[in-house]
Amino acid sequence: MATQTQDVVVAPDAAHDVPPGVRPPRTWGAVLRYAGIAVALVYALFPVVFIVSSAINPGGTLTTTSLIPSGASMVNFNDLFALRPYWGWYKNSLIICGVATIASVFIGSLAAFAFSRQRFRGRRPGLLTLLLVQMFPALLTFVALFTIFNALGDVIPQLGFNTSAGLILAYLGGAMGANVWLLKGYFDTVPREIDEAAVVDGASHARIFFTMHLRLVAPILVTVGMVAFVGFYNEFLLASIFLRDVDSQTLAVGLYALNEADKSKYFGPFCAGAILASIPVVLIYLVGQKYLISGLAAGSVK
Amino acid sequence: MNRSPYVILKWVLIVLGAGGLLALAVKLALAGFWPWVVGIAFVAMCVLVVYGPRRGVPMKYLFPGLLFMIALQVFPIVLTVATSFTNYGDGHQVSKQESIDTLIAQSVQEVPGSPRYALSVAVREGTDPATGEPYYLLTDPTTKQSYVGDAKGLNPLPEAGLTKSDTGKITAASGYTILNARQVNARADLKTFAVPTPDGGGIKAVGLSEAFVGKPTLTYDAATDTITDTSNGNQYVARNATWVSASGSGASLPVGWRENVGFANYTNALTDPTLRTGFFKILIWNLVFSAFTVIGTFLLGFLLALLFNDERVKLKGLWRSLLILPYALPIFVTAIVWRSMFNQDYGIINSFVPGHIDWLGDPTAAKVAILMTNLWLGFPYMFVVCTGALQAIPGDIKEAARIDGASGWRVIRSITMPLLLVAVGPLLLASFAFNFNNFTLIFFMTKGGPFEGNQTSIGSTDLLITYAYRLAIEGTTPNFGYAAAISVFIFIIVAALSLQGFRKAAALEEVA
Repeated sequence: MATQTQDVVVAPDAAHDVPPGVRPPRTWGAVLRYAGIAVALVYALFPVVFIVSSAINPGGTLTTTSLIPSGASMVNFNDLFALRPYWGWYKNSLIICGVATIASVFIGSLAAFAFSRQRFRGRRPGLLTLLLVQMFPALLTFVALFTIFNALGDVIPQLGFNTSAGLILAYLGGAMGANVWLLKGYFDTVPREIDEAAVVDGASHARIFFTMHLRLVAPILVTVGMVAFVGFYNEFLLASIFLRDVDSQTLAVGLYALNEADKSKYFGPFCAGAILASIPVVLIYLVGQKYLISGLAAGSVK
Repeated sequence: MNRSPYVILKWVLIVLGAGGLLALAVKLALAGFWPWVVGIAFVAMCVLVVYGPRRGVPMKYLFPGLLFMIALQVFPIVLTVATSFTNYGDGHQVSKQESIDTLIAQSVQEVPGSPRYALSVAVREGTDPATGEPYYLLTDPTTKQSYVGDAKGLNPLPEAGLTKSDTGKITAASGYTILNARQVNARADLKTFAVPTPDGGGIKAVGLSEAFVGKPTLTYDAATDTITDTSNGNQYVARNATWVSASGSGASLPVGWRENVGFANYTNALTDPTLRTGFFKILIWNLVFSAFTVIGTFLLGFLLALLFNDERVKLKGLWRSLLILPYALPIFVTAIVWRSMFNQDYGIINSFVPGHIDWLGDPTAAKVAILMTNLWLGFPYMFVVCTGALQAIPGDIKEAARIDGASGWRVIRSITMPLLLVAVGPLLLASFAFNFNNFTLIFFMTKGGPFEGNQTSIGSTDLLITYAYRLAIEGTTPNFGYAAAISVFIFIIVAALSLQGFRKAAALEEVA
C-alpha cells in the first residue's frame, strides 16, 4: 500500500516502473503481460479441458478423445456407475479422509499445546526427535505395516485389510509428527497472560485447552486440517496395499485400477469419475484458499 | 469443587478406554498372541498411570500422539531396520524349525488301507472365512469320535454342540464357522495344510469332505542337520538358509528359512556388480529428478508470480484460482491423464509433436515426459508461495534501488531474488525431500519403467522408493530384506540432505 501512495506522488498514472509521460512502452508492457498470462493459463488448463472433454465425449475411449469433444453426453458417467461401485469408493474416501483428518488434527494440537505451554524434561529433545522421525518417510515402512496389519487382521478382522478403520489407524501413526511444529508455532502466538488469568480464575488445564486455546488457534486448525485432508485424499501406496477388495477401496485406488484394467476402453468412464472425484479437493482449494496458502507458505507440501 | 462433573467424566473415559483394551487383550489371548497381550496390557497400564493422578500434565497431552507414533511409526521403522539385516523374502519367511515341520507335513503321502476321516473345514467364530486360521473338524469313521485339528495338532472335540450328517461329517459346531465349498476352494493355503499327528505323520484333506492320515516321506535328522527323502534316498543339507541337495545336483526343497545375514543386503547394494550399477543408476536419476523438479517449478512459479504481481492486471483473483487447478486436482487424476496424453498412438501430445515418439516406452523420452508432467503438477505451488513472498517484500527497498538507477532486471536479480530466497529457501528443501520420494507420480506414470533389455528389476525412471516397492511387493519373488535396506539408504540420504538444508536455511535467515 505504501508503494501505491508513493506512486501517486511520483507518477500519477500509477505505473511505477515507467517514467511519467512515456505512454507507448506501458501499452507494450501491458500487452506482453497479458500475452504471458494467456500462455500461462493455456498451459495450466489444457489438460483440465482434456479431462472434461473426455468425460462428456460420447465415444468414451482414449482413441476417440480430443480437446474438443465430438458431442456431449452422460454415457461415460452411466458406464462408470455400472462398471464399478463408484459411490461406495466416494463414501470410503470421504469417511477415511474425514475421520483421519479430524483425529490427526486433534492429536496434533494436543501435543502442540503441551510443547508450547508446558515445560517438562525432554521437551527440546522431544521436538527434535519428532523432526528426525519425520525424515523416515512413513511410506518406507510399508513392509512392516503390511506385516503388522496382516497379523492384526487375523485377530481383529474389523481392523485388518479391506477395512476403513485399519487404514485410518495406519494413517494416525503420522499424526504426531507432521503438524506439531506448525501447530506449536501458532500456539506460541497466543498470549500467555490469557492462560494466567484463567488459572487465577480457577480454570483447569483441560478447560484452558478445550474452551480457550482450541478456539483461538482455529485458523491454523483449519489450515492443517485442509492440508491433511488433501494429503489423505491423494494417498495411494498404503491404501492400495490395505484395500484390495473392490468395495472397500478409495477413489485413488479404485480409479487407478479402473484405468489399469483397460487404458483405452475405460478412459471415458475414468475421466467421468476423475471429475467427480476432484470436486471435494477443488472446493477445499477454492473456498479455503486464504487458509491453505498460509499453510503452503509455512511448509506443507502436498 | 465445581469441576467434579468433569472428574466423573474423566473416570468414565478412563474406564471405557481400559475396558476396551481389556476386551482386546482377552481376544488376543484366546487367539494365542501373547506378545500382543503384553503390549496391550502395558498400554492399558500407561492409560491409568497417565490419566489417573493429577500430576504429570504434559504427558496427558502427549500420550495419544506418542502412542500412535511409537506403535505405527517408530516400531515399523525399527522393524524395517531389523528386516534389512535378514534374508526375509520369498522362500525365506519362517524359522528353520517351521521350515522343517512344513516340509515334512507337506510330504505326507497316504498309506494305503488307512482310515479316511469325514472332514469339515472351519474357522473360529468371528474370524474371516477367507483368511482366518483353518481348523479341520474330523470324525473317525469307525469310532464316530470327533476331533479338531489345527497347525499344532489334533484334539478331541466334545459331542455337545455338534451336528453331524449321516456320514459323520460335522455340519455345525459351536464356536466354529464351517466353510462352504466355494470358501474352501478359494483358500490356496489349504492345499498344503496338514494337521500333524504325534507319530510324525499328518492329516491332509482329499476333496472337500474327506481327510486321510498319512506318513511323511521326508525325515529330519537333528544330529547331522539333514533332511532325507525316504522315497528315493536323496539327502538335503542346510546351506544359505535353504535345504540344498547334498549330492550337489537336483533341486532344493521349496521352503527355506529366515536368518540373520548381517550387512549383506547393504554390501550387496554397493558391491554386487549388477545391483551396484542399478542402485547408482537409480540414485543419480532420483537426484536429477528432484533437483530439476525443484528448480524448474520454482523458476516457472517465480516468473508467473512476477507476471501477476502487478496492480494493473485485472481479475487477478480469478486467474490465480485457475492457475492453482493443476495443483488442486488429485494426483491420481492428473498423473493418469498425463500418462494418457503421452500415449504413443492415441495421446494428444503426439498429435502436436512430430516424430511419433514412444513417450513412455523409450528410456530418455520417458524421463522427459515425467519431468514435463511434474513441472506442470508442481509450478502452482511455487507460484503461490512466491506470490506470498513477493507481497511481503517492502516496496521502498525496490523504490530506493530504482532511484539509485538500477534497471528492472537488476532490481529482480539483486533485491527481489535474494529476499525471496530467504523466505522460500526452506520450502525448496521441503519440496526436494518430498519429490525425492515422489512414489505416486512415478508409479502412476511409468511404474518405474521402461525396462531395458532383459532387466526386469531396474527401470529407467525408477526412484529408490519405487525400486524398493517393486522388490518388496510387486515382484514374483519378493525380497523384503533387500527392500528394507534400500529404505534405510533413502532415510540416510534424505536425513543428510535435510540436515544440510537446515544449516543453509539458518545461514539464509542470518542474512535477512
